[in-house]
Amino acid sequence: MKGSESLIEQNQNIDLLRFATAGSVDDGKSTLIGRLLYDSKSIFEDQLNSIKNYSKAHRDQDIDYSLVTDGLKSEREQGITIDVAYRFYSTPKRRFIIADTPGHEQYTRNMATGASNASLALILIDARNGVMTQTRRHTFISSLLGIRHFVVAVNKMDLVDYSEEVFDSIVNEYNTFTDKLSAESIYFIPLSALKGDNVIERSDNMPWYQGSTLLDYLENVNVSGGRNLIDFRFPVQYVNWSGNDFRGYCGTISSGVIRKGEKVRVLPSGKTSEISRIVTYEGDLDYAFAPMAVTLCLKDDIDISRSDVIARAHNLPAIVGSMEANLVWMDAEPMEIGKDYLIKHTTNTIKGQFTEVVYMFDPEDIHRKPADFLKLNDIGKVSIELKTPIFADIYSENKSTGSFIIIDPHTNQTAAAGMISKYKQVSPDKACESVKARVIRYPGDKKAEAQANYDRLSMQGTHCIYVDDDVLFEGLCKGVPVDSEKYSNTIENLCNIVTRSGVSVVLCSECFNDRS
Amino acid sequence: MASEEESYRLSNLKTLEAESIGIIREVAAEFENPVMLYSVGKDSSVMAHLAIKAFYPKKVPFPLLHVDTGYKFPEMYEFRDYYTKENNLYLKVHRNEEALRKGINPLFVGTVKCCAELKTKALLDALNEGGYDAAFGGARRDEEKSRAKERIFSFRDKHGQWNPKDQKPELWNLFNSKIDPGESIRVFPLSNWTELDIWTYIYHENIETVPLYFANKRKVIEKNGRLIPVYTDEHEEEAKEVMCRFRTLGCHYCTGAVRSEADTMPKIIEEMMVARHSERITRVIDHDQDSSMEQKKREGYF
Repeated sequence: MKGSESLIEQNQNIDLLRFATAGSVDDGKSTLIGRLLYDSKSIFEDQLNSIKNYSKAHRDQDIDYSLVTDGLKSEREQGITIDVAYRFYSTPKRRFIIADTPGHEQYTRNMATGASNASLALILIDARNGVMTQTRRHTFISSLLGIRHFVVAVNKMDLVDYSEEVFDSIVNEYNTFTDKLSAESIYFIPLSALKGDNVIERSDNMPWYQGSTLLDYLENVNVSGGRNLIDFRFPVQYVNWSGNDFRGYCGTISSGVIRKGEKVRVLPSGKTSEISRIVTYEGDLDYAFAPMAVTLCLKDDIDISRSDVIARAHNLPAIVGSMEANLVWMDAEPMEIGKDYLIKHTTNTIKGQFTEVVYMFDPEDIHRKPADFLKLNDIGKVSIELKTPIFADIYSENKSTGSFIIIDPHTNQTAAAGMISKYKQVSPDKACESVKARVIRYPGDKKAEAQANYDRLSMQGTHCIYVDDDVLFEGLCKGVPVDSEKYSNTIENLCNIVTRSGVSVVLCSECFNDRS
Repeated sequence: MASEEESYRLSNLKTLEAESIGIIREVAAEFENPVMLYSVGKDSSVMAHLAIKAFYPKKVPFPLLHVDTGYKFPEMYEFRDYYTKENNLYLKVHRNEEALRKGINPLFVGTVKCCAELKTKALLDALNEGGYDAAFGGARRDEEKSRAKERIFSFRDKHGQWNPKDQKPELWNLFNSKIDPGESIRVFPLSNWTELDIWTYIYHENIETVPLYFANKRKVIEKNGRLIPVYTDEHEEEAKEVMCRFRTLGCHYCTGAVRSEADTMPKIIEEMMVARHSERITRVIDHDQDSSMEQKKREGYF
């Protein structure tokens, strides 16, 4: 079985390209993907048979390739794509995940859904119609989301007599538009998805085109880079704690690399410590990097919860109190200035308000124009005031710490996708203030008052413990007289340990009756 | 620099694994009462394995729920009890006892009604009774065309229904887990895995699966080109011994085997690499009406 083992190994090491399709409705995206899958023999025979049967019965044609991806009943009925379909295929050179997204304006948000995890956009243009508003809108959204590589498939070339002039004029028009965007590579291919010209097979109908076929291009395009291995960011996702024997912080490394023994700082508390273990099921690691999902242990016992961020002491994310961000509005309910929205950023969900729309983009030409609010499918730059600081970076420098979603607290809808472009920091002290642990002392005769305050603090969500002489006599200070030095030292030590780990102490003891 | 970049590269499987572990932890952190649906198949084995990894060295902090139709293969029940015990997982089993008492089975009421009662209704009742606000499922987008449209966090209304036309946009790895009481989320941590990834991972990680996946001589009858296993002496005269295995496991009435010689993991993977039919071709229920999976999902089936 040696042969198949090496085959399995090989298959694991070929790389993966995630790409999203985009373009206007009816320009043949689903057909192109269907053709790509069909010609690369990635459709199972039983699925193909059911598509062929449906095509004959309902479309009066041998095979309608769009049926490969348009899987929903209502999509087949209307002949349009409503939601993103994720398709998988592989060739000996590469594996692909395609997010086949809808072109219809009404479903722009689904296009953004597909594009957010892609590293290349496949933009379709109908050769007869040229660059349309949706072509521009989708290109722009892809570019805003950080896609740097574009392949433009000028489709339906068979319907314009495979004309080089038509192709050239579309190339020019598209290039004029994308000059304003920061694309790293744009590649144009004239093709016909229906007839199969330049999809997998080179076309004899367009001898004037010397470039790659679509499959060739997708197999070979270099989209590496863009991964941030410098700035270590670890948003704590889940605290894994079982009694006293283990305390680890689970999460996915957003960016950067971390090694065992490295000094780290925790936000918002600002406390520093050292990575003592990088725990995984297979055993401890010496180092880990993005996007690994690991469990970190720290040398010191400090209080860390979900939404805290672990970073290097001298390379911290910004402590952001207000920010400007590019926003794609996705909810039928328009944006309301001054309303409380939920903002989910890394593992943190906080409240915030829009203070203004700085400008919105006209999808026709990317010109900026004034607006009072954004509505469904609008794209613009907004200012946001946060009620609790977040620990973030600019989106272009760090995708995962620079992105967020807006949730409408009344409907629970995901109302918008946001990308941080500028921020205003708050001082670390201010961010830490809310969690600074302290000791609140009550002389022994104020037990009721102390307990009431402890209840109040707990209700507010403050991490605190309640300690009185009864508790001490049963444990740490068993047999130690209240007025002895040992008793008061024990209390001091206890308070130090507890507050250092971020927990406040409500202390009620006779020992400082006289001194307080 | 290039070599440094190279040493910080994750293989395809490790990337998928990290993504899935991230999703599982996110649910454990954001929901009050999650549950993992466990159907005893290969995807379930992988999903449970990922959950064990996600919370290691601690126990998986939510139960596994087997919605049992009562008609699963005997080998599946045996494996289920063994696997969950071996891995220290908390297993819950739910059956639609009333329907079973009435004698509902696919031969008697047809597959559509049978699934509606023993799978969909049983699942919805179990989720309701348990008060679960999130339920993990092992479905993959490469399995079936309506599953290709599914979000990773898939919203279900108070009646457990899915509306494919109105799914929440899902950007980056920021999942919206806000729901109102009574509503729930189905979570699919294996969304981006393919059948081949699942088997390769099972092979690499040495994950145990039901022996039915491996080729063996089995007593079957041939029905519409499907090899249906025989467990009683009912069809004694038609039954024949065939070297076969199962690519997918469901109820024994409705799941056919495929002729295969693949009796080891590498052979299975090799077979997978040249497969010309989808794994679900042997599932009768996918073909009982047009858009049948989409319809079942709309009604609450996962």
